[in-house]
Amino acid sequence: MKSLVCLKQVPDTETQIKVNADGSGIVTDGIKYVINPYDEFSVEEALRLKEKFKAGEVAILSIGPDRCLEAIRTALAMGADRGVHVCDDAVNTADPFVMAQTLAAVASNQEYDIIFCGHRAIDDDFAETGAMLAELLKIPQITLVTKIDVSADKKTIICERDIEGGKETVESPLPCVVTSQKGLNEPRYASLPGIMKAKKKPVEKKSLSDLGFSPETKLQAKNYSMPSARQAGKKFEGMEPQDAAKTVVQALRSEAKVI
Amino acid sequence: MANVLIYAEIKAGKIKKSAFELASEGRKLADKMGGELGAALIGPGLEPFAPELAKFGVDTVYTVEASELEGYNSEYFAQALAHLISETKPEVVLMSHTMQGKDLAPRTAAKLGVGVMADCISFSLDGSTLIGKRPMYAGKCFAEWSAAGTPQIATARPNVLETAENPKAGTVSKISFGVDTGRTTYVTKELNLDTSGKVDLTEAEIIVSGGRGMGGPDYTLLEEMSAIFGSRATVGASRAAVDAGWRKHSDQVGQTGKTVTPNLYIACGISGSIQHLAGMGSSKVIVAINKDTEAPIFTKADYGIVGDLFKVIPEFNKELKAILAE
Repeated sequence: MKSLVCLKQVPDTETQIKVNADGSGIVTDGIKYVINPYDEFSVEEALRLKEKFKAGEVAILSIGPDRCLEAIRTALAMGADRGVHVCDDAVNTADPFVMAQTLAAVASNQEYDIIFCGHRAIDDDFAETGAMLAELLKIPQITLVTKIDVSADKKTIICERDIEGGKETVESPLPCVVTSQKGLNEPRYASLPGIMKAKKKPVEKKSLSDLGFSPETKLQAKNYSMPSARQAGKKFEGMEPQDAAKTVVQALRSEAKVI
Repeated sequence: MANVLIYAEIKAGKIKKSAFELASEGRKLADKMGGELGAALIGPGLEPFAPELAKFGVDTVYTVEASELEGYNSEYFAQALAHLISETKPEVVLMSHTMQGKDLAPRTAAKLGVGVMADCISFSLDGSTLIGKRPMYAGKCFAEWSAAGTPQIATARPNVLETAENPKAGTVSKISFGVDTGRTTYVTKELNLDTSGKVDLTEAEIIVSGGRGMGGPDYTLLEEMSAIFGSRATVGASRAAVDAGWRKHSDQVGQTGKTVTPNLYIACGISGSIQHLAGMGSSKVIVAINKDTEAPIFTKADYGIVGDLFKVIPEFNKELKAILAE
């Protein structure tokens, strides 16, 4: 089973985001970067497929600046076989369409049975790249997947996916793009021998000229801003539970008018 | 003429409320651009929906029906919507950032070779350029986005845009379309829908949420509170509660779960990590019940009760029941 896993490096969830002075973006100093949590599920699932079929390969595809190599190495330490790192200022912080175009350009020169993406990246929160990649490659997309079962002949996949208010079970021919949702698995930690081995695993670095295409930017952002600061309201301390509850419930009706 | 098109999602034989939010917003944009507002409907038996959409300002209701479109399929629906857009040539397309919208919008856009401004919370126009304000990093910051090319596609977060009645003709126009079954796609084998009628977290008006302080998987107190509010409320959870296996992952509020914007968010036994506060910080009113007076959640709460939630919530529920019965 050959899997391509698309992986993005993002700020850790405990990061306090600050907007820069001219509102053109965020302050990146001092940010701790991690693998996008949904992409960790993808890496884990690809490793499990390789283990199940006792054959194949897990290749990591990542787009971004030099620091992304660290995220690729972490995935290699978990057990992935090799990495492809597209590092080019023209796409490092691109919109989802350009990301998908770039990933499609890489994928078209690779052998794969399945492509994994996280269902969204927790930095820009678009939740688009996987579906766009699937369309650009003209293969099916199965989004928000929480369970995967690949047939013995590696020709079809059965997935359980989240839909509003429930679950859907779908069957698709392979190859397809699967986007990982929380619940798919519990990602393993990199072992010490894994970390040592990862240092010797190949990571191919590519620029856009290597891929032979120029991106068409689709989206642009400006006027970054912080959420309006929320002030702490009334705090009721040292009161009898009954009195505190009564005070707040009445305030919700007469003051906040939400009930 | 610069027209606006909305995609109206149908769920269980009903148009979703979020589609009326889109229609109301689309009407305003179409008026400013001097164009018409269209609504796209895909699926079986669509004509009876037209009057409902007309009520919220839709001039023309475009319908696409085909045997392959009886149930939702990303490839076939994207084909149908891309075809409808090519035929009707809107300048702006609005969809909802629902689970279906997240699946359909990017695939449709990729077919048309354009981008999608996802999960917008407000819109404005700069000439004929649509500006969509959207949260990023789960709401830790915001930015104003614009899209190159035509159409300009955006998805809107449900429950944020206001609905406003503004009756228009709602004339039905059938778009003829044949699905290209040569493109491979999946088939749906089974649908397991929660029939409890519970509203999804992202669309709930009231969320009662529990965290580590719940001490275990028994959420009866919170389920009771949600039931007192009725069908507009649902129960959520923090990452700690989900990771402990107490609640389903789909109940999780926060940066690695769902970003929510209810009118009322009641946080019970949730300390308020940065990633949780990001995911619920845009709620209109926040109530926190926690025994730790230093818990960060109190810095965001409009009303905080410092105390043992197992003693406070039963009283809270009693008071709620009484006041809602008035």
